[in-house]
Amino acid sequence: MKYILMMHVSKEGYGVFGAWTEKDIQANIACVKALNKALTESGEFVSAEGLAFPHQARLVRAGNDGAPITDGVFPESKEYLAGYLVVDVESVERAYAIAARWSAFPGPGGAPLNMAIEVRQVMSGRLEE
Amino acid sequence: MQPTSTPELAGCERLWRELAPQVLGVIARRFRDFTAAEDAVQEALIAAALKWPRQGLPQNPRGWLIQVASRRMTDHLRSEEARRRREGEAASESQTVTPAEIPAIGADDTLTLFYMCCHPSLTPSSAIALTLRALGGLTTAEIAHAFLVPEATMAQRISRAKQSIRASRVPFQLPNGQERAELLRSVLQVLYLIFNEGYTSSVGPNLQRQELSREAIRLARSLHAILSRDAEVAGLLALMLLTDARRGARMTSDGELVPLDKQDRCLWDREEISEGVELLTAALAKASVGPYQLQAAIAALHDEAHRAEDTDWPQILALYELLKLMSDNPMVILNHAIAAAMVHGPGKGLELLRTLDSDERIAGHHRVAAVRAHLLEMAGDPEAALTFYRIAASRTTSTPERNYLMMRAARLGEMLPLRDAPRERG
Repeated sequence: MKYILMMHVSKEGYGVFGAWTEKDIQANIACVKALNKALTESGEFVSAEGLAFPHQARLVRAGNDGAPITDGVFPESKEYLAGYLVVDVESVERAYAIAARWSAFPGPGGAPLNMAIEVRQVMSGRLEE
Repeated sequence: MQPTSTPELAGCERLWRELAPQVLGVIARRFRDFTAAEDAVQEALIAAALKWPRQGLPQNPRGWLIQVASRRMTDHLRSEEARRRREGEAASESQTVTPAEIPAIGADDTLTLFYMCCHPSLTPSSAIALTLRALGGLTTAEIAHAFLVPEATMAQRISRAKQSIRASRVPFQLPNGQERAELLRSVLQVLYLIFNEGYTSSVGPNLQRQELSREAIRLARSLHAILSRDAEVAGLLALMLLTDARRGARMTSDGELVPLDKQDRCLWDREEISEGVELLTAALAKASVGPYQLQAAIAALHDEAHRAEDTDWPQILALYELLKLMSDNPMVILNHAIAAAMVHGPGKGLELLRTLDSDERIAGHHRVAAVRAHLLEMAGDPEAALTFYRIAASRTTSTPERNYLMMRAARLGEMLPLRDAPRERG
């Protein structure tokens, strides 16, 4: 079963990340790499992408003529997708466990961030019995 | 029957990939249909990949590939003819060419292939894909893997590139002088893009991508073997070698970026450096100096410095000044500003950077902010430097680069008495 794990970060969160210490950043990066490696070794890794900072994020809609209308204005409270991880696991519990490990990645001073990770099952092309 | 072994497979692979463009050149010229020939050769290569490692090499591997590809080609033409007959089209126009003689395998064919695959009418991404397949002998799956896209996507990209070549009716023959110079520029650009695609990627899950740099060097070598008197072809090959020489030092084992002045120069590949320098020296002795030779000369000056502080910056600055005269590329202006700062102090560099602020092509680019941050740090203004490191970090789309810039900012931030959230400036 495939699950997508999505990390959302608030506008404020992006600002604060810029003020972490070097050691904090290093510790966090090391955890990201270790998690990807562990999931690859366990045969559960499908894909992962980190997204660029959201200051150029745009909402796009088609106008009446089908041409794109872009909107760069987001509400202050807006949370942005910062990155996602797709895993292929045996159970939803396993997906939750991976999400929890990701959620607890260290932040300033090495304290766990306990970020909210949205976990959703990915549709499959197979017919259900 | 010979036993299968990995080194043997690697040997076979090297051979068929070397033969791929030669065989394609022959088939495309014989049957006057590049698009179908490309498919036929790809099938012959797959047949070789299945057979050679298990059954041993045929006596004449090139002849074997030509024969298999010709057979595929004939099958293809026959079924095309049958289809036309079914659909009631005039059969008289059928292109069933029965190849009588086996033409000599000429360098012209390979060169024609280069021009065709890198044709300026193709988008860079299609030209890259087609070049890697037709000239590099890579499979669609391998190319897709290197570019991290699904195989079906890459297959479609290649097939659309071939369709647009077919639609443009470019004949399979060498172009004339004037056109040739323009096409060659485009070939060099595509090869350099392939090189950079591999060179700028980090280790780990992207390991496969580094193969792209090696492939670009191999293709540049084969182009240089044909056009050995062209100084810019030699210049590009030298530039690739002199840049690739630093590969082992520019990333830590876990994929973090190491800037040039912090690299362990013992890890630089001396063999690549001396080969690059030799090529470059020979090229520069010829009449025309072009942008690739100048960039190679700059790379050579970096490579020849045993310590960062030994770098001959005045010479590098002079070369950037020449390069600026030849190209209107804002990246050149940016690098020129760095060299000027190293020679005349950061103030001079910052002054030159200001000219880029109104240049729409690059004004919002993360590299401008990163260079400004470095120069401000050099100039003893850590607070302003910190701001620009953060701006640069927020703009880059490269993960190792973002990590590097973040850490650089963090290091400065820790030294300052007051740490605050980033704010836009200037």
